[in-house]
Amino acid sequence: MSETGYAASPRIRWTEWLPWLAGVAVFFLLPEYLLFGARILTYILFALSLDLIVGYAGIITLGHSAFFGAGAYVAGILAAKVKLTDPIVLLVAATVAAGVLGVTTGAVILRTRGLTQLMLTLAIAALCLEVANKATPITGGADGLSGVTIAPIFGLFRFDLFGKTAYLLCLVTLLAGWWLVRRLIYSPFGATLTGIRENSDRMHAIGAPVYRRLLAVYTISAMIAGVAGALSTETNQFVGLNVLGFEPSGELLVMLILGGVGRLYGAFVGPVVFLIAQDALAKQFPQFWYLGIGLMLVLVVLFARGGLLGLADALAARVRRSV
Amino acid sequence: MDALLSSLVSIAFHGVAYGMVLYVISVGLSVTMGLMGFVNLAHGVFAMAGGYILTSSLGRFALPFPVAVGLAFLLVAIGSMALERGLYRHFYGAGELEQVLFTIGLIFMAVAIAQLVFGTLQQPVALPPWLKGQFPLLGRDFPAYRVFLIVVSGAMIAALWFGVERTLWGAMVRAAVDNRAMAQSIGINTRQLFALTFALGSGLAGLGGALGAEIIAVQPTYPFEHLIYFLTVVSVGGLGSLRGPFVAALFIGVSDTACKYWLPQFGAFFIYAATIAILLWRPTGLFGTRV
Repeated sequence: MSETGYAASPRIRWTEWLPWLAGVAVFFLLPEYLLFGARILTYILFALSLDLIVGYAGIITLGHSAFFGAGAYVAGILAAKVKLTDPIVLLVAATVAAGVLGVTTGAVILRTRGLTQLMLTLAIAALCLEVANKATPITGGADGLSGVTIAPIFGLFRFDLFGKTAYLLCLVTLLAGWWLVRRLIYSPFGATLTGIRENSDRMHAIGAPVYRRLLAVYTISAMIAGVAGALSTETNQFVGLNVLGFEPSGELLVMLILGGVGRLYGAFVGPVVFLIAQDALAKQFPQFWYLGIGLMLVLVVLFARGGLLGLADALAARVRRSV
Repeated sequence: MDALLSSLVSIAFHGVAYGMVLYVISVGLSVTMGLMGFVNLAHGVFAMAGGYILTSSLGRFALPFPVAVGLAFLLVAIGSMALERGLYRHFYGAGELEQVLFTIGLIFMAVAIAQLVFGTLQQPVALPPWLKGQFPLLGRDFPAYRVFLIVVSGAMIAALWFGVERTLWGAMVRAAVDNRAMAQSIGINTRQLFALTFALGSGLAGLGGALGAEIIAVQPTYPFEHLIYFLTVVSVGGLGSLRGPFVAALFIGVSDTACKYWLPQFGAFFIYAATIAILLWRPTGLFGTRV
């Protein structure tokens, strides 16, 4: 894929159906892994939302978990305390809540640059974590929010123990999110974002409304992250403090970099590889796991800035040249 | 009335001690970020290393306290120089995202190594007898270690300010912070200057981590947990400034102590809210001139 963004053809290539085929195949072939699969799908959606602002718009954030956490907590609190248990209504509520948080914090942080911006994203995420930690009567605090019950989807499909319903819900939601993000990237709006990332002064000079475009994409990204958070609540029927703060934001960045930042499918490859590796290794060798993550991050930034997909592209180009 | 007064005095005292330690740890970050525009999120790793060097030289090797503190400074400065030559310098021209990711990677590795070597528990600090107990002053008793912290950090800060304001090295650093291209063109070897300044800043972080080991618990998650405090000191104070981070560190130290004392149910809420408010009011920090 040499051309990206506005210059590339927006037609869906046949390879782009492969992830969805794989997603359906997993449902039928690996029924014992569906809960884990739902987790991966949720993270792919979350990573997509981060890719939109980090990869395409060039906004560096250390606090993207604020929106995931907001979505997760809003869905959880509505279900556990208000007894509003319809999963679709919860998804919508989480989207709205994360969107409101996104537009208000975005209006603030996008006026700044550099270290100040980085610091503000971090401080806002820390603030959200502190609120969730201390508002124990509402959020459950450090013990987490339990007692979340979710009604069947459309009153028909119950959330089962094996995660069948959750998996399909995540898959369908991810499909919708992917479609939206793909449309955005291949639109003039997406081209403006890439332009801002590459040179925001020039975009100002040609009259693009830089601030408004950034605010728009930040809000959309926050909404998608909020949906991912709500999906995680519905899948697990529990919300813990670990959905918020610096560490989940950092881990998500790692997944995105591993897959390839600024590419639509980097957000697919990264979480799949990361979470499967984590599942296989992290429990046996917790210290070595973090050592490996850190080492991988440094190596990727030093030698393979395009991530795994970038490596695959480079390999394919070499094979083509030698043929 | 007297109870209120004594709680005020106690908060101011503990807050200042904490703020001084925060400043000694963070000032290097302000200078390196101001000098090289390098977003070094892994700065806390140096402070943690200093803390581990102190606790193990006191505990396992039973070295005298001043030697342990000196070792923390020296070893961290040397180690950071190696890191700078080996890794950091590849990222000076790189984008902000690469620098952020690279330093997060360093944090992950440091956390893992600390866990492998020292385990997950908090390290005990075996203070010598002359630093334990109380120190009487103006009819009140103050914890001797805090008094020592304030005096030593104050002396360090004075020496640092003298160095930057009154020596040739300081003049070169200030010139390079203000205008790097111009400094280079009048013959200042900025690369060497960066390397030296980086080592000094990291060494100070190690020193701060060692001195503050009793206040800021030395454990593997240190660089993650306190990152936001170090960054707050720098960004609220202003990049490349010495005075700004000092004010910011004292502000954070005192208000954090006050919040923990009076409003523990809100945790660090007010610190974060104040940080956000200050950065909105002055995006370049209190004494900074650029982002």
